[in-house]
Amino acid sequence: MADIDLSTFVLALLAGSIRVGTPFLFVSLGECLTEKSGRINLGLEGILVAGAMSGYAVACMSGSAWLGVGAAAGVGLLLGLLHGVACSLPRVNDIAFGIALILLGTGLAFFLGKAFIQPQAPMLPSLALGAWSTAERVRSALNINVLFFVGVALAFVLHWGLRSTRWGLMLRLVGDHAESAQALGYRPLRVRIVATAIGGALAGIGGAYLSLYYPGSWNEGLSSGQGLMAVALVIFARWRPLACLWASLLFGAAGAIGPALQAVGISSGYYLFAAAPYALTLVVMYATCRRGRTLGGAPGELSLTR
Amino acid sequence: MNASRTLRRLAGALLPGLPTLLAVLSSCVLFVLFLAVQGKPAWQALQLVGEGAFGSWFALENTLQRSAPLMLTALCVALPARAGLIIIGGEGALVLGGLAAAVTPLALPHLAPWLMLGCMGIAAMLTGALWIGLSGWMRQRRGVNETISSLLLSYIALALFRQLVEGPLRDPASLNKPSTRPLDDAYLIGTISDSFEVHWGLVAGVIACVLAYVLVRHSVKGFALAVVGGNVRAALMIGLPVDRLILLSCLLGGAAAGLAGMFEVTAVQGSANAALIAGYGTSGILVAFAARHHPLAIIACAVLLGGLEASGGLLQRRLGLPDATTLILEGLLFTNLLLWEALGGRLAAWRLKLAQPPVTLEKGALQHG
Amino acid sequence: MSNVDRRNFIKLASIIGLGAALPLSRAWSADAPLVVGFIYVGARDDFGYNQAHAQAAAIIKTLPNVKVIEEENVPETVAVQKTMEAMIRQDGATLLFPTSFGYFDPHVVKVAKKYPDVRFAHCGGLWQKDRDPMNAGSFFGYIDEAQYLNGVVAGHMSQSKKLGFIAAKPVPQVLRNLNAFAMGARSVDPGIVTTVIFTGDWSLPVKEAEAANSLIDQGCDVLTCHVDGPKVIVETAEKRGAMTCGYHASQAALAPKGYLTGAEWNWETPYRAHVAAIQSGAPMINFLRGGLKEGFVKTSPYGPAVNAPAKQQADAIKAQMLAGSFVIFKGPLKDNKGSVVIADGVAQTQTDIALESMNYLVEGVIGQI
Repeated sequence: MADIDLSTFVLALLAGSIRVGTPFLFVSLGECLTEKSGRINLGLEGILVAGAMSGYAVACMSGSAWLGVGAAAGVGLLLGLLHGVACSLPRVNDIAFGIALILLGTGLAFFLGKAFIQPQAPMLPSLALGAWSTAERVRSALNINVLFFVGVALAFVLHWGLRSTRWGLMLRLVGDHAESAQALGYRPLRVRIVATAIGGALAGIGGAYLSLYYPGSWNEGLSSGQGLMAVALVIFARWRPLACLWASLLFGAAGAIGPALQAVGISSGYYLFAAAPYALTLVVMYATCRRGRTLGGAPGELSLTR
Repeated sequence: MNASRTLRRLAGALLPGLPTLLAVLSSCVLFVLFLAVQGKPAWQALQLVGEGAFGSWFALENTLQRSAPLMLTALCVALPARAGLIIIGGEGALVLGGLAAAVTPLALPHLAPWLMLGCMGIAAMLTGALWIGLSGWMRQRRGVNETISSLLLSYIALALFRQLVEGPLRDPASLNKPSTRPLDDAYLIGTISDSFEVHWGLVAGVIACVLAYVLVRHSVKGFALAVVGGNVRAALMIGLPVDRLILLSCLLGGAAAGLAGMFEVTAVQGSANAALIAGYGTSGILVAFAARHHPLAIIACAVLLGGLEASGGLLQRRLGLPDATTLILEGLLFTNLLLWEALGGRLAAWRLKLAQPPVTLEKGALQHG
Repeated sequence: MSNVDRRNFIKLASIIGLGAALPLSRAWSADAPLVVGFIYVGARDDFGYNQAHAQAAAIIKTLPNVKVIEEENVPETVAVQKTMEAMIRQDGATLLFPTSFGYFDPHVVKVAKKYPDVRFAHCGGLWQKDRDPMNAGSFFGYIDEAQYLNGVVAGHMSQSKKLGFIAAKPVPQVLRNLNAFAMGARSVDPGIVTTVIFTGDWSLPVKEAEAANSLIDQGCDVLTCHVDGPKVIVETAEKRGAMTCGYHASQAALAPKGYLTGAEWNWETPYRAHVAAIQSGAPMINFLRGGLKEGFVKTSPYGPAVNAPAKQQADAIKAQMLAGSFVIFKGPLKDNKGSVVIADGVAQTQTDIALESMNYLVEGVIGQI
């Protein structure tokens, strides 16, 4: 085994958790918003991929990565809107529609993205927080993408907003008890549609991060279930935006730890490492749920928890 | 008048199928529009889909072969759905079931083929049942949401499968394609006949769906499941063993998925390896929801999906369209199928209207109070 | 709920399909060109494995009286069997190139037995004389020769004396490349170490990017890989200022500064051989292998960063390989745990069967399998 420089390892792990965790952050924040309003959107996987492809394509064609992010958000918004409107119709099961949306989103992304597998798009900028260091690895570890900071800010905004603003209260009420919301004059369906659309936009941005920064390339294997994982992540974080932030970093670390360990010579059971976040979520769910109370903190109107 | 009454009766009978028909039509229209807008030969594409799915005996075989595993994995969703659960972890049950079937001959002494296949089937079904049953058990014991837990268990199952196939259960001779030890030729399942080149998994799928139908629609247990699925409180009130019924539905669903895995291993692959992870579980979810969890409709929907998959090759080779075209068509079809469900509520009203004979007032009838 | 409408649709579709199926007869006319089918397991333009095949297929397209049909993203399940049959029955293909390793057993074998008049040239080197049908064959290239040269150049250019290798799975073909790379580097300086990271599957972009970053964090300044699509690794390395050696196809366009050289396939050679054989009526070539000398593999042109001593040594060794006088795997050779894997005086030439079941990491490689 090579000299295990502990500080390097920890630093690499931290950098890795931020790198791998940023898409989780965006998608989970979006899903958090959606689920807080009482709807579940499993189609995020498809929206993520569609956002990744459209972001990459627009960035290629326009030469600007940020325009790509905007396009990805737009595509995510549209698909989220589709999901929101469809699930507002009577008798449409939101879990089933979400899965159908995965198929549609992925199909569209792969179809239209064939032309963009080869070209290289401009990448999103990152902040060189480690410029003070002379060690290349420290500098690159602290080379954090701008979107990560946007995501962190978003988590705080959502946290504050859900707690202290009128729209936050309205959203929570619609998600917990639609009848009361209606009695107060709010329109639950409309609120949910908007929340789902915004959730989709955020997921699209998460996808754009994958293709425009890390791994920074468009191909058909880009997503490995991150969209679906984000749904589990939101439950793991009990629908709290700040907890989503920590959970994203945790899941990011779980994704980064396998290669990091192998780089220092520990390489066995890497499949099991990959499954660690799922097992962890399951264990936490099992340990914290109680029969009858289901998941504490769950929005009352969420079809998952009824 | 007799003609108008039969017409109304006919319309009333066909009405339940209206959302499906509209969905198919609208997805075809959207598909054609999508391709036409890009300057691709849209109309030919649609024709090729029909041709590739059902246009020749070979196409039919192709379609049926691909739909065989989907019937079983759809049952994995439909049976628990009867009891009110939404399970989406069929993929995990399938691969673990396939693995169990592949390693059973290693654990048992040499047996007659029929016997060994039976044991493999039982092993596969038990493993699948246990895996999905775990989701159901966690739900009943602790209220853990079964959709999420079955999804997580599916991911864990895939990781476990890969670890085992490339590690302890690996056949040392399977050098560049890690697999379990290949099955003896005697234990492989062949095609139904030389002129019908589809393996017996299709028959198993159809039989399983028919059995499920009988269970669900015509048995007391099935009715009990429906009560549990419809209103748990009512079920509890009348004293039904809710926990056990829910667990039963999960066990049966998991067994179906495990059986699908066994057929994949014995009839297609010959051993358990990474090629077993082919998305059959996910497709099964779609088939189940499209069929509204009705076991007989699952057969039709599975064939439909198999047909779409089968036609993909023609689209690639004849028109140079990318393989993702099939994905788009499937996505359009299933989103439309689910969307037109919204009509369902109106259907009941329309049906009533059609069933009533038209009121013909005689002249002056109203004036008589 | 009635299923009548779904069945109606199927009937309607088959009528449309049958009608459209009629013009197919033109594929069977007497003076039809040779129809060659290519089947890819992934996307054609992945800057990697499949692209190498597609590039060679594009050359075959230009040959006179040859028609090429292609299908991509065909998984290693019953789908590839049906794809091959569809190419034969619907398009009249008589020479097929299933390009993914996992297609051979059981899929190519099954279909080859069913169509004895069609030739199946599989890429991967698995065909065995007394076991597999005579109309099937396999071809493969000794790309480890090019990886050895990669290692030589990397060994010269590395400042930190640490190299990184990102591999998919620890299977013999991958290990052979890894060991050749490490040995090439150590022939320049025995103190050079190569760290290997296994991602677990042939195409996992996020894991590959993470692996690249981890290796660079640990001080490796030259990376190479054996995954299906090296694009992500090459781009990640370029962003961090590390050098890369390419694999499968040339990724020089992706890394204008850091690309040293690369190990590329030259599938044009075996493809032309097979096409020529069938066009001239010669028997099926069952076993086709070659390295640099036979033109099955090639090296990328040197990048701008490569210095003169590196070019000199690499060219010298390449000349020896072209003359057939260079042996990579010869004794005494130890693995990274200290045991002897090739005894002193033993030389395993490229065709040696022992190399096909390689299961060790040579001295100087950090990692375990």
